[in-house]
Amino acid sequence: MAAIDFDKFARRQRARWWAMRFVVYGLLITWAVVSIFPLFWTVSTSFKTAPDVMKGNMIPWLEFAPSWLGWRSLGLSPEALFQTSTVRDEFMHRLFNSAIISVTASALAVFLGSLAAYGLSRFSYKFGHMRNSDISFFFLSQLIMPPVVLALPFLVLYKQLALLDTYSGLIAVYTLMVLPIVVWIMRDQFATVPVELEEAALVDGLSIWGAFSRIIVPLVLPGMVAAFILALILCWNEYFFAALLTSTNTNTLPVMIASQTGSQGINWWSMAALSTAGILPLVFVGVLLEKHIIAGMTAGAVK
Amino acid sequence: MSTLQGDLLHTVETGSISAGRRFWGHAALWLSAAWLVASFVLQASHDLGWTEIGFQTWRPVLYAYFIWAVFLCVTRVVIYGESGKKALFVLPAALFVVSMVVFPLLFALWVGFSDWNLASPTGRQFNGIDNLRHMLTDPFYLNALINMVFYTLAIVVEYAIAFGLALLLNQEIVARKFWRVTFLLPLMLSPVAVSWMVGKSMLETRFGPVARLARWLGWENPSFFGDPLTAKITIMLMDAWTFIPFMMIMLLAGLQSLSREVLEAAEVDGATKWQRFWEVIFPLMLPVSVTAVMIRIIFKLKLADIIITVTAGGPGGATDSVTSFIYREYRDRSNVGYGTLLALVYLVIIVVGMTGLMNLADRIVKRMTGRL
Repeated sequence: MAAIDFDKFARRQRARWWAMRFVVYGLLITWAVVSIFPLFWTVSTSFKTAPDVMKGNMIPWLEFAPSWLGWRSLGLSPEALFQTSTVRDEFMHRLFNSAIISVTASALAVFLGSLAAYGLSRFSYKFGHMRNSDISFFFLSQLIMPPVVLALPFLVLYKQLALLDTYSGLIAVYTLMVLPIVVWIMRDQFATVPVELEEAALVDGLSIWGAFSRIIVPLVLPGMVAAFILALILCWNEYFFAALLTSTNTNTLPVMIASQTGSQGINWWSMAALSTAGILPLVFVGVLLEKHIIAGMTAGAVK
Repeated sequence: MSTLQGDLLHTVETGSISAGRRFWGHAALWLSAAWLVASFVLQASHDLGWTEIGFQTWRPVLYAYFIWAVFLCVTRVVIYGESGKKALFVLPAALFVVSMVVFPLLFALWVGFSDWNLASPTGRQFNGIDNLRHMLTDPFYLNALINMVFYTLAIVVEYAIAFGLALLLNQEIVARKFWRVTFLLPLMLSPVAVSWMVGKSMLETRFGPVARLARWLGWENPSFFGDPLTAKITIMLMDAWTFIPFMMIMLLAGLQSLSREVLEAAEVDGATKWQRFWEVIFPLMLPVSVTAVMIRIIFKLKLADIIITVTAGGPGGATDSVTSFIYREYRDRSNVGYGTLLALVYLVIIVVGMTGLMNLADRIVKRMTGRL
């Protein structure tokens, strides 16, 4: 039997394994920096003063002394928190608008979308010459619709209907915007629930609505949460419709952020503080509910 | 909307609907419809100046429509009983989408062929195909369309990076959840805030960290929005940064659902890593890839926020997407007629293009998976 240098072989294997690890983690760290750095930049700039911004100092405490300058201009620094501040009132107003509009629109979309997806997964409909697959396609095809096609007609119609700059107007548009995504996710969810469950419920004397609300909804609740969160993110970040259809009353946060141009240049520190405040809620949502977001995004993609 | 035989979930009809109940159902439906039509006619004649009486705005007509829609839904159950309950699952969503999409689209056709400056007192003026003629000679619209082609082509690179990241996350690594959350973060951030902090602050030519890095790498005078090509690439990069996590997550889910046996069989058969990827993993991932890329294309075609806030289309329209161009066209001249027509043409192009693309993708997937 030929003598094989097992030791040498194993050593080479191990070296290759380590090299592989090195490459993998190197790439992971690189991309993590790419993903995180803008966020770090935003947050750290909000604690800088003008010279720090101009010199491009980056590391807090080492290169620059954190100051509350940016947050004070927003009225959100510790000492400004207990004084009246018009900027803070403005900001809170926008934050409240964003919250109420995106939460209501997402809830409405999940409600309408889940019902539709359930109906389409269980019963066969006929509407004119449209069958179930056509109705499904009708809902999903709305995803293709670019907002700009509807934007100007909405602008004119809303003007006539006195819906410009109202909550209900923007909520309706956002509901429409996220409805196809909800239908897409929920269709996938209902397909995984066996029909036998409802049959048993019907035999036990529940109506279709009873079976849906008491048997099915609890089962697909994770899917509904995923759809809701995804819808929430899209509505929270939406800018185009908000910029066109609102003016003073129901402006959302992105519109406020976008309109921060002064005549004498940009106050980066206050801009950064505002951006941070706008971004932070979603960063929390993202970190805490990552599982649901991923569940929502991958629904229907993998069979 | 009526249900057919052949439901997945069979239900048994209990009892029959009494004639009285059916009568009241029909009566309520027709009354609400009559109210809707009456208020519409009244308001329309008021708007056209035929009658004095009428409302200040069209809001009451909207209420009438809303009441009619509610009655339509409720009377399904009143008139048809159990099968009406089934219809009620889809009906609200369908009504909502039809009234929010189909009606505005028809309205858009009406607006698109007119000269309508919202600020001018003359109001809407029908101008036939003038808008269309104007569009054909508008170099900026053509330019925006061509830009969209470039922006869409960038998805190829985004896809490659996303696939690479998905493969990375699919390795045996410690703290996978941490990496996943980190990589996912850009998707959560508001494009407007990103545009400000990345597009304007980080790319600021004097003190921005990216400009610093570029100078350190030997680029004398970094300017990211100076010339058309660089500006376009910068916009592409910012958009890619936001949306790569989206494709990555979908591809990762695809990778995780691949069957272990097939991969192990390939390994046992002595396929190298390279072969395993191109001959096994990639073809198996094709359906997921197609879905991910398609959805990405759809989102890319809506690209606007970043461009509006960072460059406003500049320099000289080099970074314009169709949406941002129409937005500016409206903001600068407040002519809704021309903008609407441009948007409608864009919609037609998208629908035709996407249908073609979907058919093509379908055929490719069939051929590739048929070979396996």
